[in-house]
Amino acid sequence: MIRVEKRPQPSQFWSAATPVVAVLATMVAGGLLFAVLGKDPLLAIKTIFWDPLFGEFSFYYRPQLLIKGAPLILIAIGLSLGFRAGIWNIGAEGQYIIGALVGAGIGLAFYPLEAWYIFPLMVLGGAFGGWAWGMIPAVLKVRFGTNEILVSLMLVYVAEQFLASMALGLMRNPDGMGFPGSRNLQQYGSAYNAELIAGSGMHWGVLSAFLAVIFAYILLNRHMLGYHIRLTGEAPRAARFAGVNPARLILFCLGTSGALAGLAGLFEVAGPAGQVTIDFNVGYGFTAIIVAFLGRLHPIGILLAGFLMALTYIGGEIAQSQLGLPAAAIQVFQGMLLFFLLAFDLLTNFRIRLARGEVA
Amino acid sequence: MKLKTLLTGAALALGLATAGFAEDKTKVGFVYVGPVGDGGWTFTHDQGRKAVEAEFGDKVETVFVENVAEGPDAERVLTQMALDGADLIFTTSFGFGEATINVAKKFPNVKFEHATGYQRADNVSTYSARFYEGRAVQGHIAGSMTESNIIGYIASYPIPEVIRGINSAYIHAKKANPDVEFRIVWVYTWFDPAKEADAAKALIEQGADVILQHTDSTAPHAAAQEAGGVVTFGQASDMSQYAPFPRVSALLDVWAPYYIERTRAVMEGTWESVDTWNGIAEGMVGIGEITDAVPAEVKAEALALKEALRTGEYHAFTGPINKQDGSVWLAEGETANDGDLAGMQFYVEGIVGDIPN
Repeated sequence: MIRVEKRPQPSQFWSAATPVVAVLATMVAGGLLFAVLGKDPLLAIKTIFWDPLFGEFSFYYRPQLLIKGAPLILIAIGLSLGFRAGIWNIGAEGQYIIGALVGAGIGLAFYPLEAWYIFPLMVLGGAFGGWAWGMIPAVLKVRFGTNEILVSLMLVYVAEQFLASMALGLMRNPDGMGFPGSRNLQQYGSAYNAELIAGSGMHWGVLSAFLAVIFAYILLNRHMLGYHIRLTGEAPRAARFAGVNPARLILFCLGTSGALAGLAGLFEVAGPAGQVTIDFNVGYGFTAIIVAFLGRLHPIGILLAGFLMALTYIGGEIAQSQLGLPAAAIQVFQGMLLFFLLAFDLLTNFRIRLARGEVA
Repeated sequence: MKLKTLLTGAALALGLATAGFAEDKTKVGFVYVGPVGDGGWTFTHDQGRKAVEAEFGDKVETVFVENVAEGPDAERVLTQMALDGADLIFTTSFGFGEATINVAKKFPNVKFEHATGYQRADNVSTYSARFYEGRAVQGHIAGSMTESNIIGYIASYPIPEVIRGINSAYIHAKKANPDVEFRIVWVYTWFDPAKEADAAKALIEQGADVILQHTDSTAPHAAAQEAGGVVTFGQASDMSQYAPFPRVSALLDVWAPYYIERTRAVMEGTWESVDTWNGIAEGMVGIGEITDAVPAEVKAEALALKEALRTGEYHAFTGPINKQDGSVWLAEGETANDGDLAGMQFYVEGIVGDIPN
């Protein structure tokens, strides 16, 4: 008989070990899946996890890890603040889009003027756009007690419609022969979020992601507000007695996560993507939710989780092209990661005992 | 840091060199925007890839990556294929254009082919199909078949390609049946079965008994089948699982001959950057089997129209055609030039509603 017994206190060891165990279990189960699909499982795992880091063309893939991981980390850091306090922003994808639109809009409005202040203005605009979009569910929740999960999620679809309208209308490239999509900001020096060192993958967004990790760490561990956030999540009653103002916390968490998502969108549209297009958003806002939990809502954990997720994307593409693995198999593989993480999470709060069969 | 840049450059050059030594096999890569199982756009491109394999056997190796997002992801996938030694890469979505141009600059020895785009370079060709010719045949059948005189149109994005299709279908439906009306629903997606089904149901509720679609799933067919008495057309692929009714014909994308020809050109060293826009004549656009649900005389007319388009005796946009606002676009007997068609941003006279902005 196997019995599941609640631990008196969450296990420190398992809290740190579950992500590692989950990754290992994903490799085993994923390997089985690939074997069933008729591919060499070891080769597939090596292609996904090893080749981007140490393979023949890793000089190209390593910078790509930064480019792909940075928006995930930036968004996930913001989300983790709210998640810790039990405030569920599910709409980072929408805030990402609006941040990109506001930021790119500022850049495009200045075209073709070249000036040093254009890019900083765009950055402010991006953060503002995301913040404003995040404040909608925040204000509705504080004022009318609406559910922020639903409101923020629904606003993603509104943002997508808005994006399509912008790409086809207001922001459409006048020299684009009627095709949708804005001017390419990569060809507009003052607005281009270029790599700080050519070929390194380091652009302002990557730098911001690292800064966000550091600030979040300090906020949560050294600052009163961070203490309030943690307290609200862990012991809401105690938080109330400690004088935490829930409305302020909601506004702060949704606003901050919105602003960070908006920044991620701006850095993406002004850098790697370059253009406002109909399908500009590729799901970073949703994947960041997985990253936040995979990283245990801890800033350092999120940093690692973001790069791990980026690795599975990049390695997954290599595996598709070199081994002919279907895209769906890679998605299943990524899904397994979250599944195993949640499954093994049980061990943090419960212990499993082998007990002798008792008389029923 | 200079050193690092230098090393990266050297390594990239090495990558180029490896790519240059295209051993004995020619490697052809395909980058798809959707899943190969979408049954529409990407599916037909993948049929083309398989045809290349069948044609050249072990002289070629084909690779593909599906579900690639437009933007930086596409650029990475393209770079990865080039690094892995691809000689020729087909990028099969309009949104891959910038990525194709960017990567092509870095790999001057690799040939690129971008579908439905307009940006070319020494090693980048563009190609597309004159789907509007197929739409003309479809419009004729639709106009002849409708009894409610209301034809529903599920449109994806308001871009020239889609607007051209609507205009061509409308002109020829109107010729077959002067009382015909078009109801157009914009779904802002190329492939989303749920949205497409909703759009189809909404159109059927408005009285449409023919549904045309510029989206890739079979969901509208399923909705039509459920409603009963509603005619549909296969899009991109044959969608013959819904034949003989509601699917009475289909607009087919046939990429195989082009892909085989271009692969051969790379093998023989005769590849050049070109802009290809092929239609029914070259076989890039096909008309799926017209089923017996269509009256024999309508079928005969449709096939005659197809034949006239094939021989070039008739152009799908032949005047007199006015724009929606009543101004003259094409005078009597005048035919549209490719430039006008490529950038088409207006409805022709008779279509009700505005192109969304």
